[in-house]
Amino acid sequence: MTSSWLVALLSTAYLGLLFAIARFGDARADAGKSIISANVYALSLAVYCTSWTFFGSVGRATSGGLSFLTIYIGPTLMILCVSVIVKMVRISKRQRITSIADFIASRYGKSQFLAGLVTVIAVIGVVPYIALQLKAISASLDVLFQQAVEASEPWWLDSTFAIAAVLAVFTILFGTRHLDATERHEGMVAAVAFDSVVKLAAFVAVGLFVTYGLFGGMSDIFQRAAATPELTRLLGLDHGRPETWTSLVLVSGLAILFLPRQFQIMVVENVDEGHLRRAVWLFPLYLLLINIFVLPLAIGGLLHFAGRPVNPDTFVLTLPLAQGAEGLAVFAFIGGLSAATGMVIVETIALSTMVCNDLVMPWLLRLQSFPLSERQDLSGILLGIRRGAIALILLLGYAYFRAAGEAYALVGIGLISFAAVAQFAPAMFGGMYWKAGTRAGAIGGLLGGFAVWLYTLLLPSFAKSGWIGSAFVEEGLFGWPWLKAQALFGLSGLDEISHCLFWSLFANIGLYVAVSLLSRPGVVEASQAERFVDILRYDHPAAEARLWRGRASVEGLVGLLERFLGPARARQQLAAYAASRKVSDWRRIAADAQFVHFAETQLAGAIGSASARVMVSSAVEEEPLGLEEVLDILDEASQVRAYSRELERKSGELEAATAELRSANERLLELDRLKDDFVSTVTHELRTPLTSILALSEMLHDDPEIELSDRMRFLGIIVAEGERLTRLINQILDLAKLESKQAEWTSGEVDIAEVVRESAGSLGRLFQDRRVALSTELPDGGPLVVLADRDRLMQVMINLLSNAVKFVPPGDGRVRVAMTKEAEDVRVEVADNGPGLGAGEAEVVFEKFRQGGDTLTGKPQGTGLGLPISRRIVEHFGGRLWVESRPGQGATFIFTVPLPRQKT
Amino acid sequence: MTYKILIADDEPNIVISLEFLMKKEGFQVAVANDGEDALDKVGSFAPDLLLLDVMMPKKSGFEVCEALRADPSLAGLRIIMLTAKGRQTEVAKGLAIGADAYITKPFSTKELVAKVRSMLESV
Repeated sequence: MTSSWLVALLSTAYLGLLFAIARFGDARADAGKSIISANVYALSLAVYCTSWTFFGSVGRATSGGLSFLTIYIGPTLMILCVSVIVKMVRISKRQRITSIADFIASRYGKSQFLAGLVTVIAVIGVVPYIALQLKAISASLDVLFQQAVEASEPWWLDSTFAIAAVLAVFTILFGTRHLDATERHEGMVAAVAFDSVVKLAAFVAVGLFVTYGLFGGMSDIFQRAAATPELTRLLGLDHGRPETWTSLVLVSGLAILFLPRQFQIMVVENVDEGHLRRAVWLFPLYLLLINIFVLPLAIGGLLHFAGRPVNPDTFVLTLPLAQGAEGLAVFAFIGGLSAATGMVIVETIALSTMVCNDLVMPWLLRLQSFPLSERQDLSGILLGIRRGAIALILLLGYAYFRAAGEAYALVGIGLISFAAVAQFAPAMFGGMYWKAGTRAGAIGGLLGGFAVWLYTLLLPSFAKSGWIGSAFVEEGLFGWPWLKAQALFGLSGLDEISHCLFWSLFANIGLYVAVSLLSRPGVVEASQAERFVDILRYDHPAAEARLWRGRASVEGLVGLLERFLGPARARQQLAAYAASRKVSDWRRIAADAQFVHFAETQLAGAIGSASARVMVSSAVEEEPLGLEEVLDILDEASQVRAYSRELERKSGELEAATAELRSANERLLELDRLKDDFVSTVTHELRTPLTSILALSEMLHDDPEIELSDRMRFLGIIVAEGERLTRLINQILDLAKLESKQAEWTSGEVDIAEVVRESAGSLGRLFQDRRVALSTELPDGGPLVVLADRDRLMQVMINLLSNAVKFVPPGDGRVRVAMTKEAEDVRVEVADNGPGLGAGEAEVVFEKFRQGGDTLTGKPQGTGLGLPISRRIVEHFGGRLWVESRPGQGATFIFTVPLPRQKT
Repeated sequence: MTYKILIADDEPNIVISLEFLMKKEGFQVAVANDGEDALDKVGSFAPDLLLLDVMMPKKSGFEVCEALRADPSLAGLRIIMLTAKGRQTEVAKGLAIGADAYITKPFSTKELVAKVRSMLESV
């Protein structure tokens, strides 16, 4: 008969042994002789195999056959992705990452909120798992004692509470001996590795006993199973549920990385990346060994207890007991205990670090009343917080165990936790491989995934325990069927884990990617993204130092280190740093960027990267670096990118400037051509009269015998051409003045009717000579007064009239001048019965030196400047000058001059 | 023999002076007032030398010159172009399309007469 005292004694002795191993490991680590070898590291990874493995696998195999293997296939596959794990380890070492919350927060800009969020998810997700361990120990005790003393309860007042309390004390002793900048616990790792050996040995011992003691070996068991119809199905794969297999492989593969205890052991406690090479085959081998006897035990139990109500989860204990092998049963119990303690210790330490660094510390740092500056040594407070957190987490686990009771099978609880930590996957993988992932995206993804997990998995498990109504599971929230918690949007037919995994990861990944793409990272975020994603390429501590600019004092930073690490440990680290910088005394260390970086990483090890960032920036004067600047320093490729962007921009600018220059040049060339044409035309116009003058003068000069009549004729021509030359020069100067707006204007009230009469009068002689009839039609009534320059207005009238008389046929030519007063202006028309103008000529005549097409009658008189000058004058008065004409029907030149505004 | 000279220009006063000048030198002279007139007169009057202004109505001096040079039967016709536009490009253009000489206005009467003579007598 197993005595309860014996079990208590053995259990205590076992825990004492673990403690001794841990102390030994810590002592060796302090002495610099680490006992963590590749084998120890690989074995410690087997903390993955908890009491759930130890007891629950057999139970699961009794119902699902080989499908229990999925929980081990996933991790095996995952650990084969060594590069992922190496990257995670290297990032964590470089960034002094202390937990998975720290990892995610650090990647996304050292965000305290994100760290807190991950911590909350981890605690909520993992507490049931801890409860599961307590339940396993409690259940195994029940099995032992129901066999031993029927009426001995309560042997302890409450054995499970006592177990939880002992584990809490034990964990505190293990995990919070001192604060370490690296947050490593070599003693604990050694103890966990020992745990792994014990539980494997115990399980294999029971397996051998049942297989070869109770039955006649493996083949015997399987032959018997094959002979029993209801057991035959256990030998095959679970064909009906491929999606279940897939999701279990996936979720357990993610769990091996992201369960807080796995991250702690695999990443934080890793001392040498080379150890992973051993773990790659040793850990899967371990999983294989511990699973070999699962199916024989399940079948053996079912065969042995056929018809009796024995819980398959307890076969590991009940089978030896049924055969009276009590010693073996106690060994099996110790094996289960080791599986549970290993898990609880590591998980609780990992969670307490997260709770302390990412929930409590940020809150304390923000608390105004917290006497940060007065406290000389905060390391004691930090340790206190962690110890409190450990006790609290175990208390929570105990409370959950009490509340959940017998409600739910072991395997169910474990998978709920697995699904919770699977929510870290998008932010983790995205953080390591996708630079564009942002803090907002990570928060969105985590919140979305966590909410779906809560609704589709955790709350339904509460409902199954009867704590809350199950209406939202059966009928949907608010009675909406598409909100049924385990058939969301009508997705039914999946098991609950696959269903939860599908929707939660859908929401998680979708939000992570979408929000990341829509949001812009901050400076710290972007620089951390570079560091994480390019960790394997980017390996320069010097660049780290360049990423900080500002002023710091050694005293301030040393004070921080002493307060958070404790004076002794702080000085130890400072001395090591001074040695690495080749400075004899750490008090003479320069407060440069590298020292600030050193201080921040040391603090990060103690209080997490987010809080460390806050503390350091409170102690130093920091100059913010621009995003571009940070990226430039971090990534030479990005420097090249920036350079080529700059080049591109400059070449774009050059192209634009070139285009502008080209068009300016074209305009100049056009202007030049116009000027050239003008000069050439003016030259022609000046040379033509000069030619006559010069030729005739020469002839007169050279030949005194020219007849008198010819002499008089020639002299007349010379005078006329001279006058023409003078007129031309005057008009060119006049036009130049008008064009350059330098003409002098005398503005006054002018009676336009009088101007018309006067100009007609002054040209009367010319009209008579040419026998051209001139008629004027002026409106009756008083003078028509406009504001204008009288002489200029006269110039326009004379120009129009003399043009008209030039073009009408002599003899029967008629010119008519009409003037009408309109609403806002006076309109003057000069109409002739000359040849008229073609459609194309109506505008041409207003260009310089372009005269009307009077080619039938020979070259016209005049300079070709009269109309351009007239038009400019009329436009100066605010009016218009144009011509209306059809070939053969005469031309009518019309101009308007605005009337002065009526004074009211 | 008396050479025949055709004067083609639209400026009446220039025509008067050229006509007087050429007659005094003993040439037989005809006058055309525009480009088309000039082409007609070349046909009817059959001059030995043409004094051709560039800027004329209806057909420019260039057009007239091109048309005349396209006719092989007029190969012996001397053409002197006269222009008030003294630009180098126009001189080059005139010579390129077959003018024998190019004289810018205003010109020296003595030089013009010497040029005309030398061209007629070089045949």
